[in-house]
Amino acid sequence: MSTKGKVVGVVANMVTLKVDGPVGQNEICYIDLKGVKLMAEVIKITGDTVAVQVFESTRGLYVGCEATFEDRMLEVTLGPGMLTKIYDGLQNDLEKMEGVFLTRGEYTYPLNADQKWEFKPLVAGGDEVEAGTWIGEVLEGWLPHRIMVPFDLKGTAKITSIVAAGAYLSKDTMAVITTADGEEITLTMEIHWPVKKEIRAYKHKPRPFKLFETGVRTLDTLNPIAEGGTGFTPGPFGAGKTVLQHALAKNAEADIIVMVACGERANEVVEIFHEFPELIDPRTGRTLMERTVIIANTSNMPVAAREASVYTGMTIAEYYRSMGLKVLLLADSTSRWAQALREMSNRMEELPGQDAFPMDLSAIIANFYARAGFVELNNGSTGSITFLGAVSPAGGNLKEPVTEATQKAARCFYSLDQGRADSKRYPSIHPLDSYSKYAEYPEVMEYLNTRLQPNWSEMIVEMKDILLRGKEAKDQINILGDDSVPVEYHVIYNKAEVIDSSILQQDAFDSIDSSCPIERQQYMTNIVMDICGHSFDFSGYEEIGGYFRKINNVIRQMNYQLFQSDKFNELEKELQALVAEKKIDLTAAEKRADELLELAEERAGERVAQ
Amino acid sequence: MNTKAFQKIYTKIENITKATCTIHAEGVANEEMAYVDGRPAQVVKIKGQQVTLQVFPGTAGIKTNSEVVFTGKAPTIKLSDDLRGRFFNAYGDPIDGGAPVDGEEVEIGGPSVNPVRREQPSQFIPTGIAGIDLNNTLVTGQKIPFFADPDQPFNQVMADVALRAEADMIILGGMGMSNDDYLYYKARFDNAGALDRIISFINTTDDAPVERLLVPDMALTTAEYFAVGKKMKVLVLLTDVTLYADALAIVSNRMDQIPSKDSMPGSLYSDLAKIYEKAVQFPDGGSITIIAVTTLSGGDITHAIPDNTGYITEGQLYLRRDTDIGKVIVDPFRSLSRLKQLVIGKVTREDHPQVMNTCVRLYADAANAKTKQENGFDLTDYDERCISYASDYARELLAIDIDVNATKMLDTAWDILGKYFKPEEVGMKQSLMDTYWKGN
Repeated sequence: MSTKGKVVGVVANMVTLKVDGPVGQNEICYIDLKGVKLMAEVIKITGDTVAVQVFESTRGLYVGCEATFEDRMLEVTLGPGMLTKIYDGLQNDLEKMEGVFLTRGEYTYPLNADQKWEFKPLVAGGDEVEAGTWIGEVLEGWLPHRIMVPFDLKGTAKITSIVAAGAYLSKDTMAVITTADGEEITLTMEIHWPVKKEIRAYKHKPRPFKLFETGVRTLDTLNPIAEGGTGFTPGPFGAGKTVLQHALAKNAEADIIVMVACGERANEVVEIFHEFPELIDPRTGRTLMERTVIIANTSNMPVAAREASVYTGMTIAEYYRSMGLKVLLLADSTSRWAQALREMSNRMEELPGQDAFPMDLSAIIANFYARAGFVELNNGSTGSITFLGAVSPAGGNLKEPVTEATQKAARCFYSLDQGRADSKRYPSIHPLDSYSKYAEYPEVMEYLNTRLQPNWSEMIVEMKDILLRGKEAKDQINILGDDSVPVEYHVIYNKAEVIDSSILQQDAFDSIDSSCPIERQQYMTNIVMDICGHSFDFSGYEEIGGYFRKINNVIRQMNYQLFQSDKFNELEKELQALVAEKKIDLTAAEKRADELLELAEERAGERVAQ
Repeated sequence: MNTKAFQKIYTKIENITKATCTIHAEGVANEEMAYVDGRPAQVVKIKGQQVTLQVFPGTAGIKTNSEVVFTGKAPTIKLSDDLRGRFFNAYGDPIDGGAPVDGEEVEIGGPSVNPVRREQPSQFIPTGIAGIDLNNTLVTGQKIPFFADPDQPFNQVMADVALRAEADMIILGGMGMSNDDYLYYKARFDNAGALDRIISFINTTDDAPVERLLVPDMALTTAEYFAVGKKMKVLVLLTDVTLYADALAIVSNRMDQIPSKDSMPGSLYSDLAKIYEKAVQFPDGGSITIIAVTTLSGGDITHAIPDNTGYITEGQLYLRRDTDIGKVIVDPFRSLSRLKQLVIGKVTREDHPQVMNTCVRLYADAANAKTKQENGFDLTDYDERCISYASDYARELLAIDIDVNATKMLDTAWDILGKYFKPEEVGMKQSLMDTYWKGN
């Protein structure tokens, strides 16, 4: 006999119920409004009065409406058929809903009820299994989708029976297992899992060490994210957060992409629906949609479902990670999720923290980011969730609770800069404000130096130095004027501009430049750093800008060509000729003398500073 | 207010604040409409038998024994073709002296469009204003506000856009509009002979501020009627959304909610998103495009209203007075249309994206050169050319009085670029340079 309740109060989407039996925190109930069932989640219990947040509009709700409790938390249904799907925040399949407008109280089955999957067993009767063991696989499009033992199994169990290879529905019984206590559990292809609980069917979670290739130069080259790493991109509106998220979804080298559109514009999601089925992933030759799951809880959909959407996305990502896959989870934007938390906390009349956000905001965010990571599964294979969240700081000011809380939780910080966006330098990730903690991990450095070239990490540090010195030089030029600073200042500023124009800037809308494989990034980085390493012979500052603009133009043209195509090689020759025009070949002795001089200057500077 | 059978009537009000009153009532539904002493009101909170009503025109003069009549339904509007050319108040009652309109009665603020049923916006809306069409191209199904200081001519520009854009139906939602501005719009629409494709819902400064809260839903529900039912291209103009948000703040304050940034309710983002997300391209041809005005105070876009708006809308347009040419221009730096990628270079000529970016980049170089000049530094030859370029660019393309088609704009841009720059300074794709470059 399930617990029943009756509506006693309504304020916006928070409803209070009087209940007649036991209820649990976060338990799901359905409120009956003249035959329409509205899903709601328990958020507060005081005696027999229970506050629930309703995942739908509460228009028309009145005192006395009946509610039925479900004795479960908010959960998702995991199984084959999720790829290419577009869900709302509660995992309803949006394609299955009828009509142009969403109908309140319509909940749809997230998998394909009638589809038969070709099942191949991977274990036999008598085999020992534990939570997450792959007992068989079906082909989900291109993906060998592992059918797993439910993640909440404690200890080990034995396979009592398993079906033979053949075609089955996802609800069919695939196997029966017997636990150590003698309890028999029936397994289907489906697993139900509460979204707010991490799936922990793995052996351990080591520190990330591999480069996660995104195809975006300013990330991979300058501030790389590791596979299984976490990062976030705060930026004012118009700085290009969503374009960047889409670029990552298109080009990152992941097996599965889970995109959560959390309280964002519907037209942005529509762009994905329309583009992804057309775009081909060059690595696999399949359309991008075939590796993508989309959670679309746009800003006009109910707030409570928005809060759930990020958890739904994370849980689906964890499920695929448990199959030994490399998953990229993108959430745009986590600030909207935090705002949903704020709206609810406000309605519950909790004492507010900063900017009226709930006090435990930072704990909630940290907890969520911690669910990402690189894991080694019990069977020895590895899987990962690399997570990148977009943050929309109020007023573009990074000193606000959501950005600050996220900065504590995420390891990579990609700051989208208004100034860069205004001058159309995209992606607008600021090269110096941004950082990647992974770039400092010795294991990541070693990985990069082995995979790319021995001095890679050093070279990137040098590149950042040039960018910094270029910025300082620019400031001096602006303060003192073009002719009042040494010519060297103009040279260093322009060298930084070469890096900016050819490595940092990237055309997300060009078919070639939009995705830059790491080998190409390496090649271009070497060319650019070679130019930056030269000394040049200029008679005065007037000729410097024009000369470097020519260099930038040639490198930009190279970026638009197929890598190492005839045209590309031709441009490279042109570039070398251009560089040769002005560069000075120093003898080894002169170089040594220069270095000594620099060293002496530095020391002098230090003395002054002291 | 004539009462009808089966309506619940109460005559004992327990509690009255400036904007709300509370009564003891039974079986009342959330968001239900009621009349308190003949004034429209809506249920905003139910706690057991205590029902709190938000009284739109204010509670001044309401007595504890005033009559409260519940209608049993959420706010509605009667929709039909007869709405064309008419002016209504926030409740949908005529204010132009005409007779009330009869039609299909529909609840306002209805459900959202299923995202998977949306079509990707792909129709270019030419306005003739090059500062918009070239740099910030508008697309059907888009939502975009003007961020403007109160002294800027946004009403004129909005009226221009409305009348030049090829829309089947224009719906004006005026919130806290001054009576003068209301008459201005009315005269502009009248003179253009366009009145039969315009419907207006107006809340002027003479009306109660809380009434404004109904205006966007009235306008957008009407827009849906024409866009879905009649497959029309509908353009909705909302001005001024800042005053709408102020009304939200008043209500939330009266309901003792904890304010967040800038005294705005914590739900401001969701409240604004609910309005703007009604902009949509339907699969069978109809569309709703929203152009709004958000007035700023002293150009401050970090205030909660413009800030939240910026995160919701697909770009924003800024007007600015350019002292070099003595005209108002559409600011190319801060303005942005996020949907332009869907049409530029596809519906418009292939060179559009690169021409647009190059022009703005060089305009930025000009701004740097001007800073140098103001600080008294010598200018290089490149700086000088940038400054001359900027003035041509502003006069011939950015000024709001320009009225040309998109191809002509691109040609003009190439002319100006060729006049002042060398090919390697514009940094465009070689294939485009080969076709369109007009300089030496």
